[in-house]
Amino acid sequence: MLAKRIIPCLDVKDGKTVKGVNFVNFRDAGDPVEMGKQYSEAGADELVFLDITASYEGRKTFVDVVKRVAANVSIPFTVGGGINELSDVDKLLNAGADKVSINSAALRNPQLITDIAKNFGSQVCVVAIDGKEDAPGDWTCYVNGGHVPTDTKLFDWAREAQERGAGEILFTSMSHDGVKQGYPNEALLRLHNELNIPVIASGGAGKMEDFKDAFIIGQADAALAASVFHFGEINIKELKSYLKENGIVVR
Amino acid sequence: MRNLSPFSFFLSPLTIMVAVIKYNAGNIYSVVHALRREGVEPLVTDDKQLISKADKVIFPGVGEASTTMDYLRKNGLDTFIKELKQPVLGICLGMQLMCRHSEEGGADCLGIFDADVRKFIPKEREKIPHMGWNQIYSLKSDLMKGIEDNKFVYFVHSYYVPICSGTIAKTDYIEPFSASLNKDNFYATQFHPEKSGEIGSIILKNFLNL
Repeated sequence: MLAKRIIPCLDVKDGKTVKGVNFVNFRDAGDPVEMGKQYSEAGADELVFLDITASYEGRKTFVDVVKRVAANVSIPFTVGGGINELSDVDKLLNAGADKVSINSAALRNPQLITDIAKNFGSQVCVVAIDGKEDAPGDWTCYVNGGHVPTDTKLFDWAREAQERGAGEILFTSMSHDGVKQGYPNEALLRLHNELNIPVIASGGAGKMEDFKDAFIIGQADAALAASVFHFGEINIKELKSYLKENGIVVR
Repeated sequence: MRNLSPFSFFLSPLTIMVAVIKYNAGNIYSVVHALRREGVEPLVTDDKQLISKADKVIFPGVGEASTTMDYLRKNGLDTFIKELKQPVLGICLGMQLMCRHSEEGGADCLGIFDADVRKFIPKEREKIPHMGWNQIYSLKSDLMKGIEDNKFVYFVHSYYVPICSGTIAKTDYIEPFSASLNKDNFYATQFHPEKSGEIGSIILKNFLNL
């Protein structure tokens, strides 16, 4: 059986992870490569590294991080943040990333999805969407890290992204992110029903039950989380045993 | 776990030469990194003489079947790969290209394995590509030595090889298909051992020890 995936997400700034970490026996808690290895050994199925650096030098540092992750980690990983054009994608894939995640740039220039899919294959193209629920069931897409609303509606955009060749949709609910009250399961289920590419749930996990609900109610293919893993609130091994006990196929 | 003891230098198969066939495929460097993690520094090359001399040959592949076959034919690599005598490992598209024919672009392939590559057709709204970690079972051959049934490995593909005489590992997605193939000195995996954590590492070690 195809397993549901658990994906820790690491924010990287100037070559270092930014969120505090509670792991025991960490040689360098701020080193994205070391953290990636630890998560991989703990049973993470994939990793996401988001570059939140703004400077040009920081971007170059990030490419070096990607190279080191590729050399040291034996599970797939996605990189995102600051990808605006095809040459950015080329650079990151050549550095060893398996997939790239694009967000604002895709909303501004949807052709980017088409171009990535055509040049590198759909499997490398993850379209990340930040959405906010304005009224029940009515979701608007945001850009610039969730700061600027657009005229685009979530389900329309997700369908367009799929038609243009996106390989996966990574959906973050801004209404849920950071609140730790669970994933947006109704919206996830609707994405599942309307799309035929995998959907990654993101934003909102606070307890193990939230993951179960995203998989069972929301029918998500994967669930991404950051702080609950980084601060040691949820241990990936324990999470997987819990999910298995609840009849969910995990690795 | 990898052997990181100071003696791993002596124990690892550093003396063997592994060639990774370079062609117009996607990310072949993840294979290179994985081999390095096993203590082998592979040679990425399309030089036929060098490949012929290698102890082991890896035929990676991420891309599209018909354009890749065109490229291989144009460069005389099609007949060359078929005639290799040392252990050859095809990965993902590499495995599909080692079959007779692929529905992807209607490509005639190398014909090493007696099987045709088909496109996944969803039965119950299964998502295509088949992407993520799935289980392998009915394991045969030295390539799968030391691996128990139902371990998970990482797949990304939209086309598959049906079960055939060369099948040495099966996986279920929509229907059972060939996760791995073997015929004579030719081995292949539909999944990515280089991205399959510890299990992938065992499979690569097994290949290096063939």
